[in-house]
Amino acid sequence: MDMDLRILEQLTQIFGPSGSEEQVADFISAQIRPYCDEVINDTLGNLIAVRHGTGKKIMVAAHMDEIGLMITHIDKEGFLRFTPLGGVRTSNLVGQRVKFNRGRMGTIGVEKIAKPSDFKLDKLFIDIGAVSQNEAEQIVHLGETAVFVGDFVEVGSRIMAKALDDRIGCFVVIEALKRSKSTNELVFAFTAQEELGTRGAKTAAYVLEPDLAIAVDVTATGDTPKAHPMSVKLGSGVGIKVLDRSLITPPQIKRWMAAVAAEGNIPFQWEVLEYGGTDSGAIHLSRGGVPSGVISIPTRYVHSPAEMVDSRDVQAAVDLLVSLLEHPLE
Amino acid sequence: MLLKTLSELNGTSGAESLVRTFLQQTIEPFVDIINTDKIGNLIGIKNDSLSGPKVMLAAHMDEVALMIIDITGDGFLKFRPVGGIDARILVSKPVQINNSQVGVIGAKAIHLQKQAERQKALSFDQLYIDIGAKSKEDALSKVKLGDYAYFITKFEPFGDGLYKGKALDHRVGCALLAELLKNDYDFPIVAAFTVQEEVGQRGAKVAAHHLAPNFAIVLEATVANDISEGSDEGWITELGNGPACSLMDSSTLYNAKLIHWVRDVARQNDIPLQFPRGIGSGNDAGSIHISKVGIPTISLSVPCRYIHSFASVISEKDYRACYDLANALLKELPNIFEGSSINFAKEDQF
Repeated sequence: MDMDLRILEQLTQIFGPSGSEEQVADFISAQIRPYCDEVINDTLGNLIAVRHGTGKKIMVAAHMDEIGLMITHIDKEGFLRFTPLGGVRTSNLVGQRVKFNRGRMGTIGVEKIAKPSDFKLDKLFIDIGAVSQNEAEQIVHLGETAVFVGDFVEVGSRIMAKALDDRIGCFVVIEALKRSKSTNELVFAFTAQEELGTRGAKTAAYVLEPDLAIAVDVTATGDTPKAHPMSVKLGSGVGIKVLDRSLITPPQIKRWMAAVAAEGNIPFQWEVLEYGGTDSGAIHLSRGGVPSGVISIPTRYVHSPAEMVDSRDVQAAVDLLVSLLEHPLE
Repeated sequence: MLLKTLSELNGTSGAESLVRTFLQQTIEPFVDIINTDKIGNLIGIKNDSLSGPKVMLAAHMDEVALMIIDITGDGFLKFRPVGGIDARILVSKPVQINNSQVGVIGAKAIHLQKQAERQKALSFDQLYIDIGAKSKEDALSKVKLGDYAYFITKFEPFGDGLYKGKALDHRVGCALLAELLKNDYDFPIVAAFTVQEEVGQRGAKVAAHHLAPNFAIVLEATVANDISEGSDEGWITELGNGPACSLMDSSTLYNAKLIHWVRDVARQNDIPLQFPRGIGSGNDAGSIHISKVGIPTISLSVPCRYIHSFASVISEKDYRACYDLANALLKELPNIFEGSSINFAKEDQF
């Protein structure tokens, strides 16, 4: 079944840094409502959808938030100082365009730097074209957040855009949800504030009390010139997580995921990520513990305005999730 | 004076009992139920039977201090910090152990230091507490491993309505909370004077779970750096400009709708308000806001210079304004609890 990449395009372009996920939630809600019994917005900003069934209660999580910047100070000339929202790489920032919720664009500049080691976040500022503090304060306010500008572009079999982390996960879950004929009790959590430490997933898992959970998120790759050694490659199949900083996948979960992938001739690769974490990190420790795994989408340039995935891996991720929901771990 | 007593009491993480006992006596006349929970939080409850929003007010009781971890053969005490302490501020300061034993944090006199030594700050490994003991045995008759050493600082007013004292950065929230409990509100209030905030918001985590409120306000102090060189971008907050409402810190991203509400209520009531520039370290909100189904939480802080040191400094004006703002928010709360777009924690929605 063909994926509708126009939905992915729209998902990546919606404004949704951590803490401001409402528009992403509204978009997803409209997409999935016909396929679900209940759709709820929770306290922390998670979008939770339930499709009732008779079998195991399986939780599927993908986070809606993208990394961004938050304004901490507006100076007399109208320049904005900011703090990162999530894992923003300082070295990526100068010259980037950013966008605020109400549409105002800006670019990031840097003070005069005496030596390269002085290049720090507090030397950077956002210029939104305002000529005074007063004008800037009419347009943005302290605490307001911005995201990178990064168009959705298809390059061969590959796709690049901002916020593929983790709108690609949201997309995979939406596609699987539409296709799924599973008779199990399915609960879908499109989570908030993952980039700040899997905070939304924590409260969602508490509420949902699943028997089993799968998070869908991006992972890094080791297939670019002189990359940090990592065996994950773009286009080599969906990743099945073995370990990251937040989770070590239980053996029975790994066996189950690999067996279902092999059964369906779905290309997969084992993924060991030496840094970072996913929503499963929070979910597997909820209440008395929840056996949890992660479907990973290999992604280059994570946390940049041009994250890159391969559409064949995305297809494999959808196929795997659909099959897992139909054949849960006994 | 509440603030003076709270400042001068000793109580670090895991050893908050003197502070707890004092607060228990202070709030007893104003709450319906009072108890200490299993981890040591002091819990006071008002209007338990009323309907409406159940509001948690939280302030932590623990201050930073030093723990004795070893005693040398000569009877000097080696120590480690409990909570975040800058080793450079410690040299030659007097401390108090077990509320009676005085000691001095020692170091080589300037006369004996070599040029290179003068240019380098001493680390925890090099510092020790001298309690005048003649030997290890003598020291052990006065203190034991695991005892705490506290800063000794008299609480005093100075300048234009300023106060200095130890632990002000921690206990100012306790004072505000104790004062707020004297007021009448027509909805349930659960007050938590928490333990072990300085070592990772541990008491608040437990309290939020068993109290299960719909909304929480954390009362705190925050960094005022309005004394440093350079431009005001790095000041975080300024003394005298009113309470600070946190936008984001290392453990919480505060709900934007609640921030707008706080700003509006401050404006309507003519209460000065500032937003911290830059993000500080986390506070109890970090544990509370992700408890159970998620609990909408705000932090109101009194700006404080020299936090986590022997003498922190606050302004009475900020303290008063912080109290006024918390009180105004509580009075306004029932109006936004139902029917506003803010999603309050209601467990029965699932």
